[in-house]
Amino acid sequence: MLSETILEMKDISKSFPGVKALDSVDFKLRKSEIHALMGENGAGKSTLIKVITGVYEKDAGLITLQGEPIHFKSPQEAQNKGIGTVYQEIMLCPNLTVAENMYIGRSHSPIVNWKQMNEQAARLLQSLGIPASPIQELASCSLAVQQMIAIARAVDMDCKILILDEPTSSLDEDEVHKLFELMRELKARGVGIIFITHFLEQVYEISDMITVLRNGKLIGEYETSSLSQIELISKMLGNELEDITKIKKYEPHVSDTTIPVLEAVGISSVAGVRPFDFAIHKGEVNGFAGLLGSGRSESVRAIFSADKVTGGEIRMHGKKVKIRSPLHAMKHRIGYLPEDRKGDGIIEDLSVRDNIILTLQVLKGFFKPFSWKQAEAFAEEYIKKLNIKTPTSNTPIKSLSGGNQQKVILARWLLTNPEYLILDEPTRGIDVGTKVEIQKLVIKLAASGMSLTFISSEIDEMLRTCSRLIVMKDRQIVGELRGTDLSENDVMNMIAQGGENVCAQ
Amino acid sequence: MASVNMIKPKARLSNSNILFLIAAVIFVLMYLFAIISFPGSFLQFQTFFDLFNLNAPLIIMTLGLCIVMIGGGIDISIGAVCGLVTMACAVFLESRMGSIGGAILISLGIGIAFGILQGYLIAYLEIQPFIITLSGLFLAQGLLTTLHKDPINVTMGAFVRLRDFDFVISWLGTKNRLGVFIPCEIKPGTIIVVILLVILASLMKWSRFGRNVYAVGGNSHSAMMLGINVKRTVFITYVISGLTAGIAGFVYIMTTGAGNVGNAAGAEMKAIASAIIGGTLLNGGVGNLLGAPIGTLTLLVINELIRAAGVQSNFQAMVSGLLLYFFIVLQSIIMSLRDRRRVSIALPPWLRFPGKGQVASQRQP
Repeated sequence: MLSETILEMKDISKSFPGVKALDSVDFKLRKSEIHALMGENGAGKSTLIKVITGVYEKDAGLITLQGEPIHFKSPQEAQNKGIGTVYQEIMLCPNLTVAENMYIGRSHSPIVNWKQMNEQAARLLQSLGIPASPIQELASCSLAVQQMIAIARAVDMDCKILILDEPTSSLDEDEVHKLFELMRELKARGVGIIFITHFLEQVYEISDMITVLRNGKLIGEYETSSLSQIELISKMLGNELEDITKIKKYEPHVSDTTIPVLEAVGISSVAGVRPFDFAIHKGEVNGFAGLLGSGRSESVRAIFSADKVTGGEIRMHGKKVKIRSPLHAMKHRIGYLPEDRKGDGIIEDLSVRDNIILTLQVLKGFFKPFSWKQAEAFAEEYIKKLNIKTPTSNTPIKSLSGGNQQKVILARWLLTNPEYLILDEPTRGIDVGTKVEIQKLVIKLAASGMSLTFISSEIDEMLRTCSRLIVMKDRQIVGELRGTDLSENDVMNMIAQGGENVCAQ
Repeated sequence: MASVNMIKPKARLSNSNILFLIAAVIFVLMYLFAIISFPGSFLQFQTFFDLFNLNAPLIIMTLGLCIVMIGGGIDISIGAVCGLVTMACAVFLESRMGSIGGAILISLGIGIAFGILQGYLIAYLEIQPFIITLSGLFLAQGLLTTLHKDPINVTMGAFVRLRDFDFVISWLGTKNRLGVFIPCEIKPGTIIVVILLVILASLMKWSRFGRNVYAVGGNSHSAMMLGINVKRTVFITYVISGLTAGIAGFVYIMTTGAGNVGNAAGAEMKAIASAIIGGTLLNGGVGNLLGAPIGTLTLLVINELIRAAGVQSNFQAMVSGLLLYFFIVLQSIIMSLRDRRRVSIALPPWLRFPGKGQVASQRQP
């Protein structure tokens, strides 16, 4: 019952320096089909989309649009050929009216005919059931409506293919349903939709087909109805061969009576994580498992007060402490290595040395600077300890590789001698060797009495290092796993079942 | 909250319009206050017209600057360019081949040349506008002093006639103390202000270019993704601003009749202040060209008030400064309140515009 193919991609490859982002990937989109593109971070979804829309040029392969080979050089060209794209971030101008946002940049007439534009917009909004008025300023619309207006713009440009790149990540449930209604309406009109999301429930609610990518390779194309959630998760996460079997976990002796190093009660933040409880003991390594977007980072960011905390309290050694900003957290000897290394971690133009001593300097106070000699000593010590590959401690950090940058950030926190260190995706985007080093270091630190939280998209890394896994799904904790013989299957089962429990509630 | 918005979209005032409205209300209140305090001078129509007659160059510069600021940029070279134009015109008019037509061409030429140079560097080479126009400021100042150091009084016959030319409104005026009726006079500069205001305000409201400027100022990355030629749009805003600075230079010398090193010095700062008081945000994307003259006049009325009250002139500057603080704080409070969507400015019924034609009726001049 498969209908006519509108977009076909064959043997698409795309390399970036050092990475093969896409490795002969095939993809097929049919008329009136909602096709979910799934994969973890770095799987190649975005690259594939950008190859279709002409943001990147493919290295090899063939793309045909309704049987015609195409080769776009800019998003504009793709748009003109009927490929509309709506990004996670809404690419509209908030200070213009709704109607202007739908028509600006498309007309060639030098005069703006407001009356005609508003009438056309009103008709289109009505036909798609979008609850907005053409003369409204866009900023006064809710995010969902803005998203729909972006879609309406794409639709009005007579698009045959609509690409929705994580359109739902900032929407609430009601808004998601409104968006889905619109998607079904478009599907009925014969538009092929490529849908990217991290919410599994949404995939099962709306999509007809699923294509899974992993590490730039095509894993397969499946009919949604014939692929169970657990199968999908295992296909997304995969079971890569390990060269790191030697790593042995450190198991601390924890009884129910010991007072945890840190305890969070009913904590929630503006990032949208639901109130949760959490505790960690001395020398313990725990992890937050879950798919991307499940609220792993949001949870630890709430503990560190990196996002504005909206409720709950934090106790350290049984005593309530006031943590309202990362600085407070640092003063209570909590460290946080952020997920976004470039944005939240490194200061690009500062030297390796300055990046290492940064946090300690903040804690000491800016009016009591370290002497050059002292700073140099600290830097040299950690460059040696963590085996950071840098020409000198004076080299700007931006010229180091990702793995070495990550080690510098790690050194920055170790220098402050934290009691509790949160590592959010410390192994992302770095080479395998460094990954292993970091995992070994985590275990060494735990053995020396530090408590750590280790988060990774690669579940096996967490299984190797963590003695306890907190499983998250759709921004809430769905369970906890402990013991030495955990397998990836246990985690996947819990994610899949957790979801069902949530649905049943 | 969001879902309520979705079901019943409120056509609320846009930021541009609400800031314009505030500026207008403040100007009217200020002027009423001035009339009540000093009815002798402010009740005369001539006082009002003189605000335009004497400050036409500043208003013209503010118009161009507003367009740049709506596009998200800034131009601080305009005062120096204006001063350069006055001196260039004076030197030219006093030379043997001097003619009024030639002076106009020189004015426009210098303005556009600066606009093209700065616009190119800012738009196409993506250098920060502040730095580029600061360089432009120094360049224009240097050219001005190189051209001529001493004040030049233009004595050319045709030009003196133009300088002294007034439009007389015979039906409007006041009687002086002797009971002689003195009709109101309007300088040609005022007419140029009105013409430019109508042209530029229409450009920003009804032309594709004008709307593109708003889009670029609102979010230049989105504007690019929406298919707008961002670079060209930014480029043109600086050309317009250079052009208005050139026109302002000619109007300046047409009013004062002399080229002077100090002409229009510091006018760019007054223009920025006027634009902000008139409701144009420094961040770009928000503003209304009709606010430009209102902002300038508000600033001037305050100065006039202080002068009329017999206070030292340094207090004028201080009050202008404090007023600017007040406006910027007021604007940011309103913006943050509106962004949070918890509090919105509840307009009294007599200020609300009737239903559907809301947006159109407010934006039209």
